[in-house]
Amino acid sequence: MRNIRKENLEGLAFIGPSILGVSIFVLIPFIDVIRRSFFNAAGTGFTFLENYQTIFHNAAFMLALKNTLRFMGICIPLLIAVSLLVAVFLSSGLKLAGYLKSAYLVPMAIPVASVVLMWRLLFHEHGFFSGMLNHFGIVGMDWMNTKYAFWVLVFSYVWKNIGYNIVLWMAGLTSIPDTLYESARCDGANAWQCFIYITMPNLLPTLYTITVLAFLNAFKVFREAYLVAGDYPHESMYLLQHLFNNWFRDLSLDKMSAGAVVIALMILVLILGLQRSWDKEI
Amino acid sequence: MKQKILKRLLFIILFLIAVAICFPVFFLIVGSLMGADELNAYLGPVLGKADGFAGWALLPTYPTFKAYIQLLLDSPEFFVMFWNSIKLSGMILLLQLITGVPAAWGFAKLKVPFKNVLFNLYIILMLMPFQVTMLSNYLTLNKIHLMNTPWAVILPAAFSTFPVFIMYHFFRNIPQGIIESARLDGAGSLQVFFYIGIPLGSSGIVSAIVLSFLDAWNLIEQPLTFFKDKTLWPLSLYLPSISLENAGLAFVASVVTLIPSLLVFLAGQDYLEQGITASAVKE
Repeated sequence: MRNIRKENLEGLAFIGPSILGVSIFVLIPFIDVIRRSFFNAAGTGFTFLENYQTIFHNAAFMLALKNTLRFMGICIPLLIAVSLLVAVFLSSGLKLAGYLKSAYLVPMAIPVASVVLMWRLLFHEHGFFSGMLNHFGIVGMDWMNTKYAFWVLVFSYVWKNIGYNIVLWMAGLTSIPDTLYESARCDGANAWQCFIYITMPNLLPTLYTITVLAFLNAFKVFREAYLVAGDYPHESMYLLQHLFNNWFRDLSLDKMSAGAVVIALMILVLILGLQRSWDKEI
Repeated sequence: MKQKILKRLLFIILFLIAVAICFPVFFLIVGSLMGADELNAYLGPVLGKADGFAGWALLPTYPTFKAYIQLLLDSPEFFVMFWNSIKLSGMILLLQLITGVPAAWGFAKLKVPFKNVLFNLYIILMLMPFQVTMLSNYLTLNKIHLMNTPWAVILPAAFSTFPVFIMYHFFRNIPQGIIESARLDGAGSLQVFFYIGIPLGSSGIVSAIVLSFLDAWNLIEQPLTFFKDKTLWPLSLYLPSISLENAGLAFVASVVTLIPSLLVFLAGQDYLEQGITASAVKE
């Protein structure tokens, strides 16, 4: 009995500092955030769901939420499909596959701030992209101030995250035992059948991780959007983080707390939902 | 035969994609070596000084280090920001290691009450974007009067749960037998941690460092929110404020910002891949 107690204390001593910091900077204040989401901005009167009603009737919140969801709905499937395709090719015994994989990882090491210069020159009204289109008789524009700005974000997200995902897929692919393929081939399965009936089902756990991490990184695309277009970008790339910055500047803590709770809940539901559907499959 | 051609074609396509993906690095370096006149000639249309469209060359006609020298001599504010970035990233990494390595060890190998609940909580926190934690961080920072000091960015990042998660997977792979035999020889918990855990889990620690550094060097949301004073800003916020008029300076500053991160990437690439792979291990 005493021994178990001592072991528990030792374990606690190891994780204690970390737990303490996490509690002070995230957990405990988040409880306060939940409380605040039910109070008015000054924190003096209990308003129950009023803040939630406010943000869901707030045009800026709905726009930011719509853009963020649209962004994720397009980017994540695109990224997952493209990176899976490249990973399958790279794993098929291609020469120099290791070097190619490294090359795909390079964008991870390029700070957003450095590459913003290139984006600005590329998508300027008289920039490289407009110049290229000019050859085909298409008139250029200030791309970052049009609805195409959204696609620039999509492009830069895929560019930045493709290497990360390729590495994850390749790890998943190597974990599938070769004997599975061999016996399938003995039974007369062709390459496509092998892919559908062996590769795909065995990659499901990887798909879970990739999807969750892709969501996490999708929130970070604000960095590009902010650095290229500042506080008030074209409305097609007005994201949740822009709105939160505006709220923060006005100290609208009531709306911010309701917004934070809503997003936290959505992510929690997503994680648990994905986990459950994958657990069922396996 | 047909398969061989297909394979070659596939390789060429993948190779071209790789070149395109890495092109920005090349582009920035070329731009940083061009003289002011050359840059003006190519970028005139963007600067509103000429008609037509911006052009570019694969290599500078007259390569020069002038812009680098100009940055070294005439831009004191650049050095302030560079130093800020180093300080922020360094302190974040240091504190992440001091608190994170023991925590990862505790989760992986020790008895801790409510371990599963706590660890799942860590995973969930790791996946929460800044929008969710921003107000929480602010409430604490404001209460202890750290807003608008470097600590406002350092402390919340120091307790990021992501490095703990990465290191946990490496520590867990250390065979239990080694630990038990050390215990039989009379090693205490601390000795096991320092003489077995840290050396055998070192690749996990390096992976966490590489991943954390790439992120810390790139911080934008946090300094933007928690620093009012622009002298505290890291490079990542300073670069976009250089106007295109100063294209030469912008190129050099971009390259100098890129260098530390690229060096860490090149030196730690194997660890980076191991770290990414570790995050894929399903619980």
